[in-house]
Amino acid sequence: MPTPPTVTAQLLNGFAAGLLLISFSMLSQRRTRRLIELFAWQGTILFVSTSLVAYSAGLRHLWYSAALILILKVVLLPLILLRLVQRLQAQWDTEPLLNIPTTMLLGVGLVIFAFGLAQPISALATTITRNTLGIALAIILLAFLMMITRRNAVSQVVGFLSMENGLFFAATSATYGMPMVVELGIALDVLVGVLILGIFFFQIREQFDSLDLHNLESLKED
Amino acid sequence: MELLLVLGVPLLGALLLAVVGHRRSAAEANVLVSLGTLVAAALLVARVMRHGTMLVWREQFFIDPFNVFLVALTAFVGFTTALFSRPYMRIEEHRGRLNARRLRLYHSMYQLFMAAMLLALLTNNLGLLWVAMEAATLSTVLLVSLYRTRASLEAAWKYFILCGVGIALALFGTILLYFAAEDLLGSEGMSALLWTHLDAVKARLEPRVIGLAFVFLLVGYGTKVGLAPLHSWLPDAHAEGPTPVSAVLSGLLLNVALYAVIRCKVLAEGSIHGVPGRMLMGFGLLSALLASFFLWRQRDIKRLFAYSSIEHMGIITFAFGMGGVVANFAGLLHMTVHSLTKSAIFFAAGHASQTAGTQRMEGIRGLLVLSPSIGWGLMLGALAILGLPPFGVFASEFLILTTAMRDHPWATPVLLAALGVAFAAIFGRVQPMVFGETQSKPLPHSPALLPVFAHLLMVLLLGVYIPPALAEWYRLAARLIG
Repeated sequence: MPTPPTVTAQLLNGFAAGLLLISFSMLSQRRTRRLIELFAWQGTILFVSTSLVAYSAGLRHLWYSAALILILKVVLLPLILLRLVQRLQAQWDTEPLLNIPTTMLLGVGLVIFAFGLAQPISALATTITRNTLGIALAIILLAFLMMITRRNAVSQVVGFLSMENGLFFAATSATYGMPMVVELGIALDVLVGVLILGIFFFQIREQFDSLDLHNLESLKED
Repeated sequence: MELLLVLGVPLLGALLLAVVGHRRSAAEANVLVSLGTLVAAALLVARVMRHGTMLVWREQFFIDPFNVFLVALTAFVGFTTALFSRPYMRIEEHRGRLNARRLRLYHSMYQLFMAAMLLALLTNNLGLLWVAMEAATLSTVLLVSLYRTRASLEAAWKYFILCGVGIALALFGTILLYFAAEDLLGSEGMSALLWTHLDAVKARLEPRVIGLAFVFLLVGYGTKVGLAPLHSWLPDAHAEGPTPVSAVLSGLLLNVALYAVIRCKVLAEGSIHGVPGRMLMGFGLLSALLASFFLWRQRDIKRLFAYSSIEHMGIITFAFGMGGVVANFAGLLHMTVHSLTKSAIFFAAGHASQTAGTQRMEGIRGLLVLSPSIGWGLMLGALAILGLPPFGVFASEFLILTTAMRDHPWATPVLLAALGVAFAAIFGRVQPMVFGETQSKPLPHSPALLPVFAHLLMVLLLGVYIPPALAEWYRLAARLIG
């Protein structure tokens, strides 16, 4: 593989940092609408950086992946979620399980852990994006943390989708993306998953009059 | 051709039932489609027996003795569960817990779930395996919440989120595996995701990457197997979903997820010898022991047997972790008998709780007076799952225990403790449900108990005598797993 132009590599590192920053702001954001907007922004950066990789490495299938991101994660999913939030009147998240400074500190710890874990592996990669594998893992772990600390159903789903973004970023940064069939399958699963969750929101609302998952804590060992 | 039928029949059935699933005869249609799948699976088995391992459709599908045996088992239990669900769901509808629209959803998703599991078993592409596992989760989420009660919604939400997170971790593991293989197999086409290609180069894969990849794959797919500590979705989903769904979740989905784990283990063993096996043994023992103690605290009949599934999955995982032909043979046998016995128990337990009008075990009494066949079905099923001779579970557990004594003596007391605690817990609860007095009334539709006794009879036969063809098949598969 020829040595890549440094500008591209710098730009990609910049985008990766942007993705991580958005993950952190998601962690601290309690308004559901803003959370979904942040998710759309994360998708946008992912789209731009994937396109850049596709352009600089000259890979056609990555262009398709980029298009898939644009349609699914920048336009379709945020729109579905925003409409759901509007129809369900679920604008605010309730108090998270942990307060925000503690969550942020935990997040920093996770990022360090992710970098440590990814270090030996990114040393083996031959792609121009190899330095970003640690960031991808960090995004996955931060999304995981968000799912654990939030009680609102919409926030948990945004966390889930943000985790998917991290996975996608990992796939492009370590291997220039998975084969197309697999990516299409993954995209389909995500879309169907969100639709099912949409149905779910209504069912939960119907039963509990709120999307607060506090209510979903009755099944215990007894 | 047979392969196309195996995948196509349930898929077309799902589409058909999505349109006509609300009709009165949809339950019969569901049975017919499942029968069609079973016939197709039998044809596939016959073909593999005649011609050996198959690799078809640009190597996207790979059929060897290991997965063809699971395909046959999946199609068979899928068929008997459809037989059971016909009267069971009628009774539920009769009692007003379900309506025609929800039954349409149920029938269609049932077939989609079967198709997803069969795809997961048959594909050679680890990426497609992931997609199929996720599809199997998605198709059952709405089935778990079919009753739309608070508890069932909670169970379905937990199921979705936990398995979603688990499966996301498995995807990361798959990406890492692809990354490790890309250098050797090239990124053109899908070579680096095909199991057969990976298997050929597994000794040369980078150990550090494979180690990390296997951890993610094990935790990810392990969540769906119900391995502790990520098992908490399993009892909820089993208890709150309709009983036929509990039966296929326990009897089939767990097996398919375990199949995925084992395929990954075979690859990982190539570069990091022994480590994946020890990890499987550890997770397996932990699950078996934890589940057997949780059994004591259960009041709900379906939760009780859901925990028993975790225990048995733990034992099977332990067996595959030990490795070697004997342990793998025992693991495969145990997979078969567990899936047959556990689905039979869920059938009987489902009818038992319908008769009593509650799933709480205090409320279920005197089954023998009320309906001797349900009572005996539950009692025999419980005895079989507890590993009493001459049932097949005894044979496989005996093999696993003796292998453990020889190769890993430290694990034997843990295994024995788990089995003993589980025995006392389950027997102590089933006994008063079956015997004793009652005021409940018999069911409005006659229950389908043919599947219960057919399954138990097969488990009994497997305990006494394994047909040479089947034994040969297990042996081939056991050798493949290594």
